[in-house]
Amino acid sequence: MNHLLEIKNLHVTVEQKEVVQGVYLSLAPGEVDALMGPNGSGKSSLASALMGHPAYAITSGQVFMGGQDITSWPAEKRASAGLFLAFQYPQAIPGLSVEHFLRSAYNAQAEARGEKPINVREFRTLIESELTALQLNPAFLERGVNDGFSGGEKKRLEILQLAILKPKFAILDETDSGLDIDALKIVAEGVNRLVATYSLATLVITHYQRLLHYLKPTHVHIMAQGKIMESGGPELVDKVEAAGYQPFMNHA
Amino acid sequence: MPNSSVTTTYEYGFHDEVKPIFALPKGLSTRTVEEISSIKGEPQWMLKNRLRALEIFEAKALPTWGADLSDIDFANICYYLKPSDKQASTWDEVPIKIRKTFEKLGIPQAEVEFLSGVGAQYDSEAVYHNLKDEWKKLGVVFLDMDSALRQYPDLVKQYFGTVVPISDNKFASLNTAVWSGGSFVYVPRGVQVTIPLQAYFRLNAQNMGQFERTLIIAEEGSFVTYVEGCTAPVYAVDSLHCAVVEIIAKPYSRVRYTTMQNWSNDVYNLVTKRALAYEGATVEWVDGNFGSKVTMKYPCVVLMEPGSRADVLSLAVAGAGQHQDAGAKALHLAPNTTSNIISKSVSHHGGRTSYRGMLKVAPQARGIKSKVKCDALLLDPDSRSDTYPTMKVDASDAQVEHEATVSKVGEEQLFYLRSRGLTENEAVSLIVSGFIEPIAKELPLEYAVELNRLINLEMDGSVG
Repeated sequence: MNHLLEIKNLHVTVEQKEVVQGVYLSLAPGEVDALMGPNGSGKSSLASALMGHPAYAITSGQVFMGGQDITSWPAEKRASAGLFLAFQYPQAIPGLSVEHFLRSAYNAQAEARGEKPINVREFRTLIESELTALQLNPAFLERGVNDGFSGGEKKRLEILQLAILKPKFAILDETDSGLDIDALKIVAEGVNRLVATYSLATLVITHYQRLLHYLKPTHVHIMAQGKIMESGGPELVDKVEAAGYQPFMNHA
Repeated sequence: MPNSSVTTTYEYGFHDEVKPIFALPKGLSTRTVEEISSIKGEPQWMLKNRLRALEIFEAKALPTWGADLSDIDFANICYYLKPSDKQASTWDEVPIKIRKTFEKLGIPQAEVEFLSGVGAQYDSEAVYHNLKDEWKKLGVVFLDMDSALRQYPDLVKQYFGTVVPISDNKFASLNTAVWSGGSFVYVPRGVQVTIPLQAYFRLNAQNMGQFERTLIIAEEGSFVTYVEGCTAPVYAVDSLHCAVVEIIAKPYSRVRYTTMQNWSNDVYNLVTKRALAYEGATVEWVDGNFGSKVTMKYPCVVLMEPGSRADVLSLAVAGAGQHQDAGAKALHLAPNTTSNIISKSVSHHGGRTSYRGMLKVAPQARGIKSKVKCDALLLDPDSRSDTYPTMKVDASDAQVEHEATVSKVGEEQLFYLRSRGLTENEAVSLIVSGFIEPIAKELPLEYAVELNRLINLEMDGSVG
């Protein structure tokens, strides 16, 4: 059994429009891959489809996780098997406290894996150290999920979930958008710590270079018009910085 | 199966084999009323009151507004049933079958934790009472209504029917004619009852109507919380629950009345709840409505004197075949009075909720403030929610706010929660629990826990 997230010739349609047109990607434990590209290139659609959003239909191709074909799995099954998506626009659930939400998610995944649930006290202990690392106040746990949160708070909650749920593969969908430089550093340090401590594999979606100064990708993929146009090392980031996305576009 | 909807598996839908010691034949007549009164050995004035109420009940037509009540078969309802010979004053004296029923509902456990005074009504007779000694010393009275009438006849006579008059509405008249059980609470001047008084009751006999009558008198500067919760077995034949609650909050007193009702899907739940708030007094209704076939219930506070205050939290959850017509009324009759109404409703499996509210401000009621907020949550396209706010404001400087929202559980919200490993049902339950959280947090712990269980049960297979 391999330990990869493998995307093979993936085609995704949303509202009758093919937004992902044959993507191949492979992500190994401990790796940080960057997926860059202009607005509308299909990056977020790819992320939604990978996580199993019902509106994003996979019309052909396959997704494997640890050798298992997860292409037709529902989102919750993918999550319990170790896939995580940090949302670009996290949803608000008024009245549902962050703590209750996190513990419910934690226990739902534990149950799906046949593990025993965590009690309130154990969970508190688990979460408190993560709060400190993300510079969040314990009062944060009592607030309604993303309800009235600032952009920075929303993104830090995404990373808090990532740290608590400890997936094998994380997709960060424009986690840098709406973050000031201090928040960006906190978020990046959080991700780096997870990569270093338990070999989290990360796919970082962004169209800026900013976050990549802190996350140090091993591979960089440039996506445009629903396809990966070029893959390479960190030097691709500099190329984008110098010339933008224009050189990668298909001008056919 | 009593019906074929998805939500028929009613958690508390068991029916034990307690044999009622005495039951009147089904149907309603002068004779029925006379017999009820005679069995109870009531004073003459109460019998007269009952008979007059019966006349008014028979003369009044069914209300044409609100929910559909045309299927109620008044002739097919048992108006009196007595399950146990005598009142028990300790738990051990309660008949074992009845005790088992309560145990299934978790009463003794709650008792151990913090129930100090339990007035438990089993069918139409209270069978169990336990009032803490110190309250007795303080002069607090917490009895079932029948006992109160025997032990405190003058007090009952002074206040009975003064808040909800005999002719108030058809169902208040019916209750007045055939009432049985319910609670009587009297809190003397300045006494603070810090632990909630709780009454747990449930319907038990098939076709059994439940007509409890509750009267709470809070003297000047006193404080009391009263909590009731009901669960009922599932039956195929329509049942009727028709209660009246009257509260008198004397100056600077505070009364909180919390109800969590979970009737089985065949019950018509038609309840009149009203409070009079005198100078500087506060009345709080916390009203949770689950289950039933039809509920019509609009807790009311009449703000009689300056500085009085009404707080109403209303929750309604309607599933398949159910109509929850609930809301609140605030009548501002005096200056500088305040009302605050929050209503939350959840409709699922094609259920229907209506918010029906009334705000009245009399011309002399200067400087009043009123805020009404109703939020509805719809879980599927077949479900329905309506808002019927009535406002009659005759004072020019009234500060009145009304806000109503209707929201749907969104695909993006569901996906967000599912992407964290929660199933669709779990996700819906969490969204609904969050939605009603402002009300849940006002409930005593064991009710909040029960509320969560009910939500999980009700939401099973809600979206699809």
